[in-house]
Amino acid sequence: MSTILKVDDLVKNFGGLAAVSNVSMALNDDELVALIGPNGAGKTTVFNLLTGVIVPSSGAITFNGPNGTVPINGMKPYKVANLGLARTFQNIRLFKNLSVIDNVLIAMTSHYKEGFIQSVFRLPKYYKTEARIREEAIDLLKIFDLQDDINVLAKNLSYGIQRRLEIVRGLAMKPKILFLDEPAAGMNPEETADLTRLIRKIQREFHITVLLIEHDMSLVMNLAERIYVLDHGSLLAEGTPDEIQQNDAVIKAYLGEEA
Amino acid sequence: MQTLLQQLINGLSLGSIYALLALGYTMVYGIIKLINFAHGDIYMLGAFWGYYVINYWHFNFIFALLSAMLVCAVSGVIIEYLAYRPLRHSPRIAALITAIGVSYFLENGMSYLYGSSTRSFPQIIKQVNYHFGGVQISNIQILILVTACLLMILLQLIIKRTKMGRAMRAVSVDPDAAELVGININRTISFTFALGSSMAGAAGVLIGLYYNSIDPLMGMTPGIKAFVAAVVGGIGSVPGASLGGFLIGLLETGVQAIGLSAYKDAAVYLVLIIILLILPAGIFGKNTKEKV
Amino acid sequence: MKANFKYNICWLIVMIAGFYAINTLILVGVINAFIENMLVTIGINIILAVGLNLVIGFAGQFSLGHAGFMAVGAYATAIITSDHANAAGFWTSIVVGIIIAIVAALIVGIPTLRLRGDYLAIATMGAAEIIRIIINNLKITNGAAGMFNIPQFATWPVVYIMVCVTSILIVNFIHSRGGRAAMAVREDEIATESMGINTTKWKLAAFVFGAATAAIAGSLQASYVQTIAPTNYNIMESIAILIIVVLGGTGSITGSFVAAFVLGILDTVLQDFGTLRMVIYAVVLVVMMVFKPSGLLGTWEFSFKRLFGHRKPKGETQA
Repeated sequence: MSTILKVDDLVKNFGGLAAVSNVSMALNDDELVALIGPNGAGKTTVFNLLTGVIVPSSGAITFNGPNGTVPINGMKPYKVANLGLARTFQNIRLFKNLSVIDNVLIAMTSHYKEGFIQSVFRLPKYYKTEARIREEAIDLLKIFDLQDDINVLAKNLSYGIQRRLEIVRGLAMKPKILFLDEPAAGMNPEETADLTRLIRKIQREFHITVLLIEHDMSLVMNLAERIYVLDHGSLLAEGTPDEIQQNDAVIKAYLGEEA
Repeated sequence: MQTLLQQLINGLSLGSIYALLALGYTMVYGIIKLINFAHGDIYMLGAFWGYYVINYWHFNFIFALLSAMLVCAVSGVIIEYLAYRPLRHSPRIAALITAIGVSYFLENGMSYLYGSSTRSFPQIIKQVNYHFGGVQISNIQILILVTACLLMILLQLIIKRTKMGRAMRAVSVDPDAAELVGININRTISFTFALGSSMAGAAGVLIGLYYNSIDPLMGMTPGIKAFVAAVVGGIGSVPGASLGGFLIGLLETGVQAIGLSAYKDAAVYLVLIIILLILPAGIFGKNTKEKV
Repeated sequence: MKANFKYNICWLIVMIAGFYAINTLILVGVINAFIENMLVTIGINIILAVGLNLVIGFAGQFSLGHAGFMAVGAYATAIITSDHANAAGFWTSIVVGIIIAIVAALIVGIPTLRLRGDYLAIATMGAAEIIRIIINNLKITNGAAGMFNIPQFATWPVVYIMVCVTSILIVNFIHSRGGRAAMAVREDEIATESMGINTTKWKLAAFVFGAATAAIAGSLQASYVQTIAPTNYNIMESIAILIIVVLGGTGSITGSFVAAFVLGILDTVLQDFGTLRMVIYAVVLVVMMVFKPSGLLGTWEFSFKRLFGHRKPKGETQA
């Protein structure tokens, strides 16, 4: 097992406020890691730092890809994404007025070429490319039981399906690492169970690293191989689900919040 | 030095007109996020009202100014009620087109009723020029500057010190939350239109006195320039609109003074673009970044 | 592939039928010079509106500077065909207009397209005004007086063909990789960026494409009307194009066609009303927006695929 993403002493200050301080993490190949912590602990900020949406105040993020080690601090989000880092959003950000298949095709944009001249003049190669990538998209949608909805607008899907489509859209980018930001938020227990199966399936079939932010402990304890606990912007603990469940500091942070 | 001071005086006089107009744009935009394209035409209505009451009812300057402000306030409220209120929850671009429609209606309605020719504004106050060390300033320029500054201070007091002003600020930050704490949104928006339009009405009478000619299309260009001024100052910000207005006025007279009058509008737009690129929300605007 | 061929044939038939219909109606005298003039104006407005719709309705970038690029095309044609009054000169002038418009759109778009919403609108409006003021002060463009006696090469068939060509190219772009990326930018810029898409690039692509078609429309208009002046390309012209787009429905190419026809016919009908014409026009505009804020067609699009699509099993249709 080798490290695919390494985070060293990551710091992010907003004004005088330290949203993230001295966080160091490492993600390995094919691993499912959870990032948990009370509300406001800085989890989403960590995601935004890792995906280039915000620039860290200090610290280093390095990605170990097929082309060697790449530092991704301060890289533009679309370049980070093209390295193979895909994400979903806490508050679903689908392309609401576009169809399911268009949502997936857009995620595939970096993975095929279709020249301007080819497409505006509809040269034979355009039809070939379109047919090929559509088939690819439909195959992907079939894996997640979305093949019957391909022409439905994303906004007309049920909440649970929207969450699922967002994950499929992330996978369409053929990522090395998938960041899931609270995928179970707002789901009922049945939908959460579905989601748990779905994430297992992704790991089994796509062999990618998954980093998951989640509040639903049943889901986290069920799925994660390792857990990082974040509190007030810094790492509180790291370990297997069992270790974390026994950890006094973690219990205190959570009970302190809920009590 | 003399020419510089002279241009400063001319620029400030013109700028105060832009500032008065920009206030209306900035308040309306702040509260309902609409570029009120018809605002320049309210200013035209104010100028025409001043023309009629001075010529036919023999009003003095103060009454002409106050009555024009009142008439424009009422027109602004009616326009909002009839044309903008039904579109409050529609796409913003639809409301913008409606505002353009209202603007066309006012411009062409006035042309239809009173003809499109330029008429000269009655010189109710005899122009007197004062000279201070080679710099010339007219009593009308002083009047414009003083009136504009008084109105701006008054407006700032209304917004900062009165209950209605607080409601206006609340609605512009978050209309839903404002409604939850018992603020009457419709009344607040009407009040905003009344205030903004009355400023435009005052500007109309003042420009009539200053330039001495009025016509139904007179609101178009100053309207757009005042909007530019509001954007430069930071749209939604009252001090920003005043500052933007004076800046645009000074810039225009400055470019004219160095002999490039053909390019004075281009200079205004160039400065607009440059300011937006450096400060995307204008000088006093708050740059809000989307939360992920 | 076979199905695509069928739909393409359908469109080709519609276009040829339209051409022959107009041709026949002119021959039998139903379409007189007056109506022909109206149709050509509608055609030029369609090119303008479809191009602006690509920028506003599909890429979601609120541009208010379309008339500036139109002016570039118009002056390119006026200047070149005044010296080279032949067909080659005319077509060269269109190409030159397109190239200058693309360069201008890049200069305007690269800095300003990072602005959002109304800020972008006001910045593009300013940029278009700067273009117009420059034209207004140049010698080669004959300044504020404008240019006269421009040779007429843009007859109705030329305009008709250019309407077809530009619309097809834009619709094809919308249904391609780039078009989808542009629509994604409209829907959610942050999500698009997180998909590995360079949002600036596709915003710019749509903007530049729109500007190029505006230049074509400007060339055609200058050549058809034969007289142009800088005031023809002021903010009011940009707004007139915007009105067509919004009235038809932002995001509906069919809507832009319909709105161009509706407004063109309305304008012609109202000619007899004199000054009252613009008053009625304004009232119609406000009333239409109040009762149908999403435009006549919303985002609805006419499609042969959907028309024939009922017989196809679900899952195989293509957008």
